[in-house]
Amino acid sequence: MSDYAIQQIVNGLSLGSLYALVAIGFSLIYGVIRLVNFAHGDLMMVGAFATFGLIATDHVPWVVLPLLVLVAGFLSGGLVERLAFRSIRGAPMITGFIVTLSVSVALQNLGLILLGAQPRNFSFPAVFRERVALGGIDVAIIDLTIPAVTLLCAVLLTVFVKTTRMGIAMRAVSENTLAARLMGISINRVVLLVFGIGGALAALAGLFWGGKFGQIDPLMGFVPGLKAFVATIIGGVGSLPGAILGGYILGFAEVAFVGFLPAAYAGYRDAFVFGLLILILLVRPSGLFGSTEEERA
Amino acid sequence: MTPRAAPRFAVSPTQALALFTLLLVGAVVGLEVFGSGYLRTLAALTLINILLAVSLTMTNGFTGLFSLGHPAFMTLGAYVAVMFTYPVGRRGFAMPDLPDMIRDVALPLPAAATVGGLTAGLVAAVIGLLVLRLRTHYLAVATLGLIIVVQTLALNLDGLTRGGRGLTGIPREASLPLIALCTLLVVMLCWRIKHASIGRAMLAVRENEMAARCVGIHAFRLKMLAFVLGAALAGFGGALLPHVVSVMTPKSFGLMLSFNLVAIIVVGGQGSVIGAIVAALAISLGGEALRGLEETFQLYGITQVIVAVALIAALMWRPKGLFGLREPLVRTP
Amino acid sequence: MLTVEGLQVTRGRTRVLTDLTLEVGAGEIAALIGSNGAGKTTTLMALSGLLPIAQGTATLRLDGQTFDLTRADPAKLVRAGLVHCPEGRQIFTRLTIEENLRLGAFLNRDEARVRALMDEIYALFPVLRERRHEAAGGLSGGEQMMLAIGRALMGEPRLLLLDEPSLGLAPQVTERIFDTLRDLNAERGVTLLLVEQNAMMALDIAHRGFVIREGRVELAGSGRDLLEDPHVMGAYLGLSA
Ligand SMILES: Nc1ncnc2c1ncn2[C@@H]1O[C@H](COP(=O)(O)OP(=O)(O)OP(=O)(O)O)[C@@H](O)[C@H]1O
Ligand SMILES: [Mg+2]
Repeated sequence: MSDYAIQQIVNGLSLGSLYALVAIGFSLIYGVIRLVNFAHGDLMMVGAFATFGLIATDHVPWVVLPLLVLVAGFLSGGLVERLAFRSIRGAPMITGFIVTLSVSVALQNLGLILLGAQPRNFSFPAVFRERVALGGIDVAIIDLTIPAVTLLCAVLLTVFVKTTRMGIAMRAVSENTLAARLMGISINRVVLLVFGIGGALAALAGLFWGGKFGQIDPLMGFVPGLKAFVATIIGGVGSLPGAILGGYILGFAEVAFVGFLPAAYAGYRDAFVFGLLILILLVRPSGLFGSTEEERA
Repeated sequence: MTPRAAPRFAVSPTQALALFTLLLVGAVVGLEVFGSGYLRTLAALTLINILLAVSLTMTNGFTGLFSLGHPAFMTLGAYVAVMFTYPVGRRGFAMPDLPDMIRDVALPLPAAATVGGLTAGLVAAVIGLLVLRLRTHYLAVATLGLIIVVQTLALNLDGLTRGGRGLTGIPREASLPLIALCTLLVVMLCWRIKHASIGRAMLAVRENEMAARCVGIHAFRLKMLAFVLGAALAGFGGALLPHVVSVMTPKSFGLMLSFNLVAIIVVGGQGSVIGAIVAALAISLGGEALRGLEETFQLYGITQVIVAVALIAALMWRPKGLFGLREPLVRTP
Repeated sequence: MLTVEGLQVTRGRTRVLTDLTLEVGAGEIAALIGSNGAGKTTTLMALSGLLPIAQGTATLRLDGQTFDLTRADPAKLVRAGLVHCPEGRQIFTRLTIEENLRLGAFLNRDEARVRALMDEIYALFPVLRERRHEAAGGLSGGEQMMLAIGRALMGEPRLLLLDEPSLGLAPQVTERIFDTLRDLNAERGVTLLLVEQNAMMALDIAHRGFVIREGRVELAGSGRDLLEDPHVMGAYLGLSA
C-alpha cells in the first residue's frame, strides 16, 4: 500500500470517529423516544467551546479536560431535553422535528450572541499536532488519538448498555415503554440519561473536531450533525453498532471522495455525502444494516 | 373536527380572494404614491415571504409532508433566472461558463423567473420520486441535505455564479407592483387548489393516508404534485429576490431561511393560507423591527433566538398553530 | 387489601369506567370477568398507575400501611408490592430471558437477592433457565407467558394484577399456568386480581368474582356462586360451558 493510501486510511478513521461519536447519540435518542434530534449536532459546538474555554483558563491539566468536556456535554444534553423536549414527548413526529430544529437554531444563535461569529483558533497542546512515524509514514498524533478514544467510548458504552441495570432499562424503554413503566423504570430518568450520554459523546466529538481542524465557530455543529444523521441512516436508525459502523463508512467514503478524485472535485464533498444519502435511502431505506423491523412508524 | 358556531362575519372563498386583492392593490398604490424607498423594499420582501410561505403551506400543510427544501429550490430558481436577466455585456466576465446557447438570450424578469421556477420544479420531481415514498424524517433530512448540495454546487460552479464572491449588479427589475402581482397569482393558485376537489383530496391524505388510499385517492401522486408545485413556486419566488436586492450569493438562501419559513407556516397553522399570510406578515415586519434592536445593542442573532423560542412556545400552547387548517372568517362551502 | 370505590377513568374522549367498585381481601384470588371492551384492562391499568383516574378512590392496604392508588406512579406501586402483568404479555422480545427477569426486579438493588429470586423462577419454569441467554422473542406463546409471570414475580408482588394469562394459549398450557397461579396464591400468599376471558377457569380458582359491564361491576359474589348463576352461565360461560 502506498504511503498516500495509509495516510488516507488514517484520515478516514479519525473523521469517521467524529461522525460515529455524534451518530451514537442520534441513534440512541431515536431508539428510545423516536425523536429525530436536529439539535444534536449543535452539542458538538457546545463541546468545542467548552474545551476552548477550559483551555483558556490555563488551569486545567490535559488529562482532566476531556472528562470535564464529557460532563459539560452530559449536562447540556440533559438540560436541552428537560427544557425543550420533555413537554413534547409523544407528540406527532413533525412537531418533534420542528422543536428540535428550533432548539438548534436557538443554540446556534445564542452561540453567535455570546461568542461572536468570528471563528476561534483552537490550540491543542503541541504534542497532539506532532507526527509520529507509523509504518514508514508520518501520522499526526491527534489522528491516532481520536480513533483510540472513540473505540474506548464505544466499548464502554456497549458494556454499559449490555450489562448494567440502567443499560438494560434503556433497551427496555426503547422496545416497549409501557412495559418498562410497569417494571418501575422511570422513563424520564432513562430519557434524560440517553440525552446526557448522547450530549457527552457529541461534546467529545466537538473537542476532537477543534483539535483536528484547528478552528471552531457557533455554526460548526449543524452540518456535521446532519452528516451524523446520514451515518445513522447508513447503519440503520436505532442500532448502536450500526451508528458506529455508519460513522466510519461515511468517514471513509468522504475521505476517499476527496483523496482519490481530482482536486477539482474536493469542494463537492458535502454534495457527495447527501447524494450518497439519497442513494442509500433509495436502495435500502432501513439502512445497510438495519432490519426492516426498525422501519415501523 | 368539532363543529364551531358560524362566525358573525364570514365571506365566501371567492369574496375572500377579492378582498385580499383589494387590500393588496390598495397597499401597493398607497406605497407607490406615498411610501419611501425603504418602505417599498420592505413591502417587496414581505410580499415575497408571503409568496414563499403560502407555497410551503401547500407542500407541507395540505398533504402533511415535511419538506425543508424551499431555500434549495429558491437558490436554483434564482441562479437560473439571473442567467437570463444579467446584463449581456457583463456575462463574459461574470459568467464565462454560460452555455453559448443562452449567452445572448435576455429575458424579462417574469419569463426568467418562470424558467427558474420550472427548473426547480423539475429537480423537485426527481428528488420527490426518490424520497416521497419514504417516511417523514427522511424527507426532512434529504431536503435539508438538498440545501447543502445546492449551496455546494453554487459555490463551486463559479464560472456561472462567481462562487462565494456572489453575483452583483443584478438588474433591479422586480418592482413592487410586479411582486405584488406575482404574490397575488400564487396566493390565488393555492387558494383555488385548497378549495377544489384536489385540495380536499390532499387534506384527506394529510389526515389519514391509509383511509384516503382506501377511498381511491392516489396519495403518492398528490404528494408529488404538492411537492413539485411548491418547489416550482419557491424557485419562482426565489428568482424575484435577487432582482430586489441586486445581489445573489450561494448563501443567500440557507438553513435559517428554511427554518423561518417553517416557523411561519407552523405558527399560521400548517395548511391555512390566511394563517401563512398573517404569520409571514408578522414575522417579516416583527423581524425588521427587531433588527433595529440587534444593531443598537449589538446582539446579532437575537431575532432568530426569539423566533425559535416563540415557535416552541407556540407549539406547546397551540400545537395546531393560529388557525389549524381553517381559514378564519371564510365560510366553508 | 384492595378497595376500589366509584372509580371513573377516561380514555381518549370516552369514559370507559363509569362507576367501578370492588374489593379484594388479602390472600384471595379475585376474578374480573366481562365481555370484550367492558373495561377490564382499563381497570388494571388504572390501578397500576398507567392511566390517570378521574374520580373515585382506590387504596391498597398492606401491613398496616395505606397507599392511595389514584395518584401514584407505577414505580411507587411496584415498591409497595403491587405488580401488574399486562395484557398481551408485553415481554421485551429483543432482550434475553434473563434480562427480562432482571428488569422484573428493576427496583431491587440487592443483587444477591435478585439472583435468588431468579433461581426460584427458573425452578418454577425450567424451560426459562435452559434458554436464559436467548432473545425472549424466540419463545413460544406459552413460554412467553411463563416469562411474563416470572418477570412479574421478580418484583416480589403481594398483590399481582394479571391480565388474560390464557390469551392465545393451548388448553393444556393454560391449565399449567392456572395451576401455577393457584400454587402461588396458596403457598406464597400472593393475592391475585385476575382478568380473564376464560371465565370458567378463572371463577373455578377464584375466591371472589366480579362481572363487569360497561365500566361498572354488574355482579359480584364468590367464585362458586357466580359459576352457578344462570345469568353468568348464559352471558359469559356460553362457550366454555
Ligand atoms: N387508547 C384508548 N383510547 C380510547 N379508548 C380506548 C382505548 N383503549 C381502549 N379503549 C376503549 O375502552 C373500552 C374498554 O377497553 P378495555 O381494553 O378496558 O376492555 P377489556 O374489558 O379489557 O376488553 P378485552 O376483553 O377485549 O381485553 C373499549 O370500549 C375500548 O374501545
Ligand atoms: Mg383487555
